Amino acid sequence: MVAKKIINNFSITIATVNGSGSQTANVTLLRALFKMGIPVSGKNLFPSNIQGQPTWYTIRLNKDGYTARCDGPEVVVGMNAASFTHDLASVSPGGAFFYSDDIKQPITRTDISVYPMPVKVISRAANVSPALREYISNMVYVGVLAQILGIDMVSLKQALYFHFKGKAQAVDSNFGTIDASARWAAENLKKTDPFFAQPMATKSEYIMADGNTAAALGAIYGGVQFAAWYPITPASSLAESLNIFLPQLRKKQDGKATYAVLQAEDELAAIGMAVGAGWAGLRAMTSTSGPGISLMSEYSGLAYFSEVPIVVWDVQRVGPSTGLPTRTAQADLTSTYFLGHGDTQFVILLPGSVQECFEFGWKAFDLAERLQTPVFVLSDLDLGMNQWMTKPFEYPDVPMDRGKVLWEKDLEKLAGVWARYKDVDGDGIPFRTFPGNRHPAAAYFTRGTGHDENARYTEGAENWEANMVRLKHKYDTARTMVPKPAVSNMKGSELGIIAFGSTEAAVREARDIMKKKKGLKSDFLRLRALPCTKEVFNFIQKHERIYIVEANRDSQLRQILSAVMPDQARKFRPAAHNDGLPLTANWIQDAILSQEEK
Amino acid sequence: MTTPTPTGQTNKAGLTKGDYRGFPSTLCQGCGHNSIANQIITACYELDIVPENIMKFSGIGCSSKSPTYFLNRSFGFNGLHGRMASLATGALFADKNLRAIGISGDGDTASIGMGGFKHMVRRNAPIVYIVENNGVYGLTKGQFSATAEVGLNLKHQGTNQYMPVDICMEALASKATFVARSFAGDAKQVKELIKAALSHSGIAVLDIISPCVTFNNQDNAFHSYTWGKDHEAPLHEISFVPALEEIELVGEFEQGSVREVTMHDGSTIILKKLDKDYDPNDRANAFQTLENAQMNNWLLTGLIYIDTTRPTLTDIYNLVDTPLNRLTEPDLRPAPETMDKINARMF
Repeated sequence: MVAKKIINNFSITIATVNGSGSQTANVTLLRALFKMGIPVSGKNLFPSNIQGQPTWYTIRLNKDGYTARCDGPEVVVGMNAASFTHDLASVSPGGAFFYSDDIKQPITRTDISVYPMPVKVISRAANVSPALREYISNMVYVGVLAQILGIDMVSLKQALYFHFKGKAQAVDSNFGTIDASARWAAENLKKTDPFFAQPMATKSEYIMADGNTAAALGAIYGGVQFAAWYPITPASSLAESLNIFLPQLRKKQDGKATYAVLQAEDELAAIGMAVGAGWAGLRAMTSTSGPGISLMSEYSGLAYFSEVPIVVWDVQRVGPSTGLPTRTAQADLTSTYFLGHGDTQFVILLPGSVQECFEFGWKAFDLAERLQTPVFVLSDLDLGMNQWMTKPFEYPDVPMDRGKVLWEKDLEKLAGVWARYKDVDGDGIPFRTFPGNRHPAAAYFTRGTGHDENARYTEGAENWEANMVRLKHKYDTARTMVPKPAVSNMKGSELGIIAFGSTEAAVREARDIMKKKKGLKSDFLRLRALPCTKEVFNFIQKHERIYIVEANRDSQLRQILSAVMPDQARKFRPAAHNDGLPLTANWIQDAILSQEEK
Repeated sequence: MTTPTPTGQTNKAGLTKGDYRGFPSTLCQGCGHNSIANQIITACYELDIVPENIMKFSGIGCSSKSPTYFLNRSFGFNGLHGRMASLATGALFADKNLRAIGISGDGDTASIGMGGFKHMVRRNAPIVYIVENNGVYGLTKGQFSATAEVGLNLKHQGTNQYMPVDICMEALASKATFVARSFAGDAKQVKELIKAALSHSGIAVLDIISPCVTFNNQDNAFHSYTWGKDHEAPLHEISFVPALEEIELVGEFEQGSVREVTMHDGSTIILKKLDKDYDPNDRANAFQTLENAQMNNWLLTGLIYIDTTRPTLTDIYNLVDTPLNRLTEPDLRPAPETMDKINARMF
């Protein structure tokens, strides 16, 4: 079989048992390929389980920089007897299948290259304790793949060094197994597949990180002072990252902290604590996923109505209900936008990359405090938990905006005359004071019940309506402050595409495919926030047909945009789909072309 | 109303009693909650507390309305039903020099807010947590609450069949560091317990039986004025002596008839022995005493338990001396040169 070499343009799926330590091996492969300068992405498809269930990890190498999940895979590693039949069948024709040779199941394919690996034999030879043997056995496929595909050994060692934080013993024992396996493969396997990983000379301006770490770091550079959270997949690692980095970045020399992170008893309490802290003048946040957002509904309404700044990160997973807790979706948009009873409107930020998770991490606090309102940031499992190539984090380019706050000296100038809910500046945003302000006129009483401009209780019809109208006006002010969309046009295109969040890479690739294969040009608006800024209105007005691409069933962004711009709604065409997996470029172009060709 | 203060008379903070007042109560005439609000005013006035140094919190219900009836010059937040604990917990981090008073009810704490209550207790949050306990939902017109006794008959509701929650027992079980019960009809004891609670550095749970004159004040009802007056069984006579004041005991009490509890701020709680000696530092005995009171249908009042040694929620966090809510950008945003280091730490 002499096939044309396929270099840096294929995907690898590794099938393992969860809890077996394969993540270290998989991320090591991903990082080594990244170090070789090859554009690469890794996606972990894992079960809601601690140990023993099938799990898959997919790595895509693409010399052109397309890093969305793709169809395939061309290369499959079968380490799990339970999913062996499925994994073997999943290999693309002409692909390669590596498997642990202690799995005694029939190889029914003749259209692919097959490589048995003596995983048990090699890992038994490794100089490690029996307890570590299972972990180290995953390094066998790393070594064999390295030999057959051409993955650089130095890069692998760098990846291990990073993973084990420089602990020599761990690096050496893992690398020893990789090296032994590579040598075994060199002596015993004959390469018959066409897939090669080759170093690329691209100057790497990228780093590799996950969105939850980026979000936590962004929050830290945004001056987060209080975070309360409750464990939930896929959001837990966001708060855990705060716990890792805050002590390093935000402790004084005497060891005293400028922050507090508290694991609450539930999501009701997590947001309640954030509201208390935000009310009292701290930059306060919580992080959760869809089920947590449901529980946070009542407090969100209170914070909206009593005008308390908080930041809520929703790392979305598949719902409703417990749903698919370890799979990704963009399906909390509608519920978050309309969260709470009565008339509410929330500011929502939609990061589309790991770097943007960092950026919105700090920006969200500026917006929340400026607008005195909850700001939701909707990430997702794919963005939050997977490792992505991303541009380095950029230090905030503007000073912190603490919003309209009156301290003692301000109140002295005003001779103590002020009103908590009075729109002094015409932007719908009033002034506020914090507990601890010793001016005798500083205090006011905050409530979720009807109040007048002085925060006094009233059931007055006019007071109620005037306040709600002001809040609506404030939301219009938000429209001028939230991040503008990212727009990318192709000259002469009539077609518009709107998407948000983690689908960016797949949409970019789909547009290129449609242009190349069908000559179909498209303009792309990646929405970065709600409410819609004027750029969004302009984009929609300029295009006759607009596909709205999103990872949910009900085309939620289309629903919202239709409500915001009812006169434009006829233009909107859904391209919505969710099966728990990140969207692929192929699916997107099919969804668009099938409607275009009608 | 308590003893009127002569107009213009000031305390050591230079404030008149009027500086501690709130808006007029909108609760029913004779509601126990009004009496408690008045005792908070008097306690704070007598302790020379600057009202700006207090934060007030509440949930939802009749009880939770009452923070507007005292300390108008204190910040307050009337939050969500059953969620006062979390709201206050977050706010407590903003300025650790402030004292907090939380007002909740038996529905707010023992039903919808039980989880939050117990977690706030186990964290030893620095707050005076008062439960104005009347066994009934007032604002929704007279439904049973979780503290209603078995066999209680209420108009439109029939007879309560479920065992009552004992708030002091729940607080103890969650390792509260200050647990007291009182009766709104015993104004002096309420006031002294509030003073003691305000000088406690961790959580002080005050379960105050506070009769609902409209829905649950039948003579035979556990939470009524009549029952309370007839069945109150004080553990001791309690008085509070602020720091820097001489304790004049000589001649007043017989030797061995009082216990003194010294608080962190130097103040002292004096517990005068009644029919038998009671040690409020003995947690197991506190449980047993509550159990006995339940069995005998006594309205047991007094300082049931105190532990002044445990660190508070905010102590645990080792916060900077400046109140967190006065920190500015130089304290909060890491320096620009850290950015490259952080990027270098990613792969």
